[in-house]
Amino acid sequence: MGTDAPALKVENLETHFFTKAGVVKAVDGVGFSVERAQILGLVGESGSGKSVTGFSILGLVDPPGRVVGGRIEFMGEDIANADEARMQSLRGNRIAMIFQDPMMTLNPVLRIETQMVETVLAHRKVDRAAARARARDALGQVGIPSPDERLAAYPHQFSGGMRQRVAIAIALLNDPDLIIADEPTTALDVTIQAQILHEAQKLCRERGTAMIWITHDLTVIAGLADKVSVMYAGRIVEAGAIDDVLDHPVHPYTKGLIGSVPSRNKRGAPLYQIPGMTPALLNLAPGCAFRERCPRAAPACLEQPAPSEPVPGRSVRCFRPYVEAAS
Amino acid sequence: MSALTEPGVPGRVGESDSPLRRFLADFFESRVATAAFAVLLGIVFIALFAPWISPTNPYDLATVDILDNRLPPGSEGFTGQIFWLGTDGAGRDVLSAIFYGLRTSLAVGVMSGVIAMFIGSSIGLVAAYFGGRTDTLIMRVVDVQLSFPAILVALVLLALLGKGVDKIIIALVAVQWAYYARTVRASALVERSKEYVEAAACLALGHRRILFRHVLPNCLPPLIVVVTVQTAHAISLEATLSFLGIGLPITEPSLGLLIANGFEYMLSQKYWISIYPGIALLVTIVTINLVGDQLRDVLNPRLQR
Amino acid sequence: MSAFVIRRLMQSIAVVMVMSLIVFFGVNIVGDPVDMLINPEADQADIEAAIKALGLDRPAHEQYWYFLVNAFKGDLGSSFIFGQPALQLIVQRMPATLELAFSALFLSVLFGIPLGVYAGLRPDTLTAKTIMSGSILGFSLPTFWVGLMMIMVFAVMLGWLPSTGRGETVLLFGVPVSFLTLDGLRHLLLPAVNLALFKMSLVTRLARAGTREVVHQDYIKFARAKGLSPRRVVLVHVLKNIMIPVVTVIGLEFGGLIAFSVVTESVFAWPGMGKLIIESIQNLDRPVIVAYLMITVLMFVFINLVVDVLYSVLDPRVRLRDMRA
Repeated sequence: MGTDAPALKVENLETHFFTKAGVVKAVDGVGFSVERAQILGLVGESGSGKSVTGFSILGLVDPPGRVVGGRIEFMGEDIANADEARMQSLRGNRIAMIFQDPMMTLNPVLRIETQMVETVLAHRKVDRAAARARARDALGQVGIPSPDERLAAYPHQFSGGMRQRVAIAIALLNDPDLIIADEPTTALDVTIQAQILHEAQKLCRERGTAMIWITHDLTVIAGLADKVSVMYAGRIVEAGAIDDVLDHPVHPYTKGLIGSVPSRNKRGAPLYQIPGMTPALLNLAPGCAFRERCPRAAPACLEQPAPSEPVPGRSVRCFRPYVEAAS
Repeated sequence: MSALTEPGVPGRVGESDSPLRRFLADFFESRVATAAFAVLLGIVFIALFAPWISPTNPYDLATVDILDNRLPPGSEGFTGQIFWLGTDGAGRDVLSAIFYGLRTSLAVGVMSGVIAMFIGSSIGLVAAYFGGRTDTLIMRVVDVQLSFPAILVALVLLALLGKGVDKIIIALVAVQWAYYARTVRASALVERSKEYVEAAACLALGHRRILFRHVLPNCLPPLIVVVTVQTAHAISLEATLSFLGIGLPITEPSLGLLIANGFEYMLSQKYWISIYPGIALLVTIVTINLVGDQLRDVLNPRLQR
Repeated sequence: MSAFVIRRLMQSIAVVMVMSLIVFFGVNIVGDPVDMLINPEADQADIEAAIKALGLDRPAHEQYWYFLVNAFKGDLGSSFIFGQPALQLIVQRMPATLELAFSALFLSVLFGIPLGVYAGLRPDTLTAKTIMSGSILGFSLPTFWVGLMMIMVFAVMLGWLPSTGRGETVLLFGVPVSFLTLDGLRHLLLPAVNLALFKMSLVTRLARAGTREVVHQDYIKFARAKGLSPRRVVLVHVLKNIMIPVVTVIGLEFGGLIAFSVVTESVFAWPGMGKLIIESIQNLDRPVIVAYLMITVLMFVFINLVVDVLYSVLDPRVRLRDMRA
């Protein structure tokens, strides 16, 4: 804890799925880092590998998937090659995860109390009463009224928003150093989404928890994250401070993403659409994966672009970035 | 009613050549199923031609010599003939008895299956086609009957009716019809809502014609699967009942009865009298089930077409 | 909750009444009770006297009424063979059958669930495939045939276990049971395994199907993400979810176990109700047949009721729905 190492540092992570039809490189050389008390937004379309990245960090990639390369450093410790016992002691304890669909993350046949207490007992040598007290506090923390009574309830007695709060409370139980939130607000109403975002941010600031917020929705992280990494077809194509990236996107894909978000300033103007479809990751051709849809594609794009820093503090994988736009 | 304004809705009546060929190709793709099918063909052949291919007629008293009783497999009999699978307590050739027993077992199983299919399918069709109260009543009866185990239903009927080939067929039909009714009703309900049935109704075709010419053929795939599974089940149940002594009479020895006859000798190490009929029964049931499994796998995707 | 139970009770009573009708009219109208009941070598005067004594000269609905009234009093007639009240005969044999059925149920759960969960967790392993092939055999092999094989191998060839009877019994709450003596256990083992095989296959398949479905649910991955041990994930999170269909089916199939004990009891000469009913059918002992059928129907209806209640205990979602209903 006393080191200056970032909460999480991922380098060159590769997670591949070995299917019968061929190898799917769901995560192909991803790297980023998150400091304590910092929120990193991981943005991309569905199938871009952002959730797989999250599961790779936790060591929860199911076969036929496997982490085949790269480094994952958590608080200075290499966990990419840690054994299962070590990972188990980190999961839900130092690294917690919140899932996308709150209706599906809680076990329908177990009481909330059971599901919370077991998380405490898995990592701490305390008695049941203490674990229960901890669970009650956590429920209170995420704004669930009368937590004592609610502990005895089953998941189906909660609304979707409440269930997601319970999931967040479970993530908080053991005071983790890092929370990976995988689109936790996608399934929720906008008002509830705003509440949850607000609480997440508060937690992060107050406790110094690092957070990776995975989403496909740029507007969600605009007010939340400190920095952002944009993923496309298993690679990070652009990364930088959140405001810089949103105001001056350099990669054509990021620009396209931002252009396709409706906003008041652009009322009346036709909404931009990125042409084409997300490429299938199975046996992806070499070269820049975005070139088929890219307005600036050039013959050079048949090669895989390496990360460069066309603008200070910005990492981009593109041969023809919109550098003039950023200057 | 939309069918009138949209002519040319194709009905899937009957099978054309190419789906049939594809079905055969799919079926014989599995080596296990192909082998099972071949064995089953052999069993059916034996059952059909038992009187001509058996080494002896085990129920012709003139050819059976009581002195040959309980000979182990491969022994030479009093008259110099060889009993490949030994002889039973009355000196009958076990192999021949098995051939005749297969004939009886298959006949009872298949006949009860066919009758139950006819009755059950008709009832299921009626339930699906007329719906409403008719449907509710029929399905309630089906549900209640299926909540009782088959063997209990058969037991009740045989307790009331007594022994005999006709009695056991009645019992087996009573046990099976509900499965057919349920299967046919389920797929007929799906078909009924399709446009070609509405179109046929609009053409003022009679109920019977619509049901049997249009709806029923399209319920065939699931029905075929149920037929195979239920036939195996019927054969097994008949063997069980006959083994218990409440099924077929001693004059119509099926495999179950042969096994029961050998049971008393088993304790004195004369295992062959029971074992070989048992193996014949087992092979029959297992091959039918294997063929049924493969049929289900092959026909299933077409149910979700 | 109580409204739900009352509605289920009414349904159950209706089923029992319908079955009593079927059984009564089946035995008395479809079959000829004179043939069934009276020694055919008796002379005409004896037959007439017997018909009168049994009330067979009365109209059918009157006979049914007497039958019902007597049934409520617990009088289902006396066995022609044993001369004892039929109900008493059945009740005497019932503990043996119930012991056999419960032992079989216990075995099928004890082995079926672990085998099924294992096959569901590692579906591609050779072990899992062997388990599933075994369950197909368990489904398709006739119970009596397997019983014969077990007798041949374990009793005749190896001589390890006895093949007939209950062995030494002791009284437990006034009921004779075999499983508390070593000799009784030795006698119980083969029949119980024989009766269990079919249900074991069923439980294995259900547990496997349930496991395969449940392990891919988000809440299982979430449980792992909480840092729970694989043991706890499987034993609590997976198991509790697959128990719902398994318990339902086990409950409903318990009646099937009692019905199929007819076969096992005959093969292993186990002195229970099943062996009694087969002998009674062979001897045309009508009162015993009727008593057996009525008692079995009552048991079935009772079991269905219990399963419904158990189901609501296991699945909180059902419980809630019923409370609202």
